[in-house]
Amino acid sequence: MSFNPKIVSFLCNWCSYTGADLAGTSRMKYASNIRIIRVMCSGRVEPTFVLKAFQQGADGVLICGCHPGDCHYHEGNYNCLRRFKLMQKFIDQMGIEKDRMKLKWISASEGKDFAKLVDQFTEEIREFGPCKVKEIVETLS
Amino acid sequence: MAKTEAKPKLKLAVYWGAACGGCCVSVLDVHEKLFTVLEHADLVFWPIALDIKYKDVKAMPDGHIDLTLFNGAVRNSENEEMAKLLRKKTKVLVAYGSCAHMGGIPGLANFSSKEEIFSRVYEESESTINPDKIRPVPEFEVKEGILDIPVFYNDVRTLDQVVNVDYYLPGCPPQTERLVEVFLAIVTGAELPPAGSVIGALNKTQCDECERKQTEDKSISEFKRPIDIVDDGESCFLEQGVICMGPATRGGCDVRCIEGNAPCRGCYGPPDDIPDPGSKMLSAVGTIIKGNNESEINATVDTIDDPAGLFYRFSLPNSILRRKVL
Ligand code: SF4
Ligand code: SF4
Ligand code: FES
Repeated sequence: MSFNPKIVSFLCNWCSYTGADLAGTSRMKYASNIRIIRVMCSGRVEPTFVLKAFQQGADGVLICGCHPGDCHYHEGNYNCLRRFKLMQKFIDQMGIEKDRMKLKWISASEGKDFAKLVDQFTEEIREFGPCKVKEIVETLS
Repeated sequence: MAKTEAKPKLKLAVYWGAACGGCCVSVLDVHEKLFTVLEHADLVFWPIALDIKYKDVKAMPDGHIDLTLFNGAVRNSENEEMAKLLRKKTKVLVAYGSCAHMGGIPGLANFSSKEEIFSRVYEESESTINPDKIRPVPEFEVKEGILDIPVFYNDVRTLDQVVNVDYYLPGCPPQTERLVEVFLAIVTGAELPPAGSVIGALNKTQCDECERKQTEDKSISEFKRPIDIVDDGESCFLEQGVICMGPATRGGCDVRCIEGNAPCRGCYGPPDDIPDPGSKMLSAVGTIIKGNNESEINATVDTIDDPAGLFYRFSLPNSILRRKVL
């Protein structure tokens, strides 16, 4: 059976979720591997959410927020970027490929870019193969 | 003279799993209060201090021991068997100290596999001469019979990942004062918190207790090790660029490290509302990194050599990911 990646995605309400919505209402086709969770701002994405996603079986995590300068809470996307960089270093130490996490800026009008991004990220994760965290946590319990 | 009905003494046990011995010493540190303890309790099992064998414990009826302080993590089959045995023989089982509570320092072994540890220890280490690459085997036949040693596991586990735990008394080691308080509460029959609670600690963070000065906007462009700064003795360590686990750590130790001008390393573990200390630190430290552009941020992240080891120093086996993926 071919590997079908599970991707958890956190989209900020104001830009990226609206962008994803646009992709949907415009009936663009893109990979159905992603499970979208809407958050108010990319700055709301706590590292706990990302680690929990991996623990529960995500093979990749995609975070999208407003472009720099456009965050509705001014600093949220910068905070997200700062944490993201630190988290990537951390998951790499934990033996999880750092590019299983991706952060991209998607505006409300970028439905097409969003669809392309999901397709592309899905392929990248397919290359990595399944993430083993869930299996490990389950066998240890 | 009126006949006084002596109240039956509590039966107390202290045991160590994968531990350094410090927790047992912290129990000894009750000093002369030991006499108060012994007025109320009989020590029925304590390998560091008393010659009572495992077979004696096995012979006890179930639930015979009132209170067991189990320190140390579960790293081998002996730790696991003893955890299960003591659970059966004990009414109130306390995970005593960081290792039983969260995995502690032995839990850092979850960054490696058993094979990596064995090849380092039995083959590569500078002081080892072992041309035949002999490894310990759990069972070995000699003419007198079979000798056996515990089986070393691939993963370190916390006590509650192996048996049901009634209370957690955190710290590396726990403050002896907290132990005495908890003990006296038990003997005086004070109402105990609900099972599963952390006792002998606060539910506030170290930062809530800390008296160092904090400003509103922290912004750090270079993180440093404590050895690389001249501590001004008054401002928050994080603001001086030194990682302090205060934001993710429960108070209760009387901020003892910070009082000694060293940053908190997180031994008391997180308060109830923080599920995972490391991810809380990823958030807290991530947020104070200076700058908005990627290269500036990357440069600052580079100054933190080992975020995983720092942020999960005492809690890796208890963390969301539990161990490194190998
Ligand atoms: S981070 Fe450390 S030094 Fe700063 S306030 Fe918190 S406990 Fe105190
Ligand atoms: S300051 Fe932190 S590391 Fe030091 S004893 Fe207290 S909780 Fe443990
Ligand atoms: S509101 Fe979109 S990233 Fe903050």
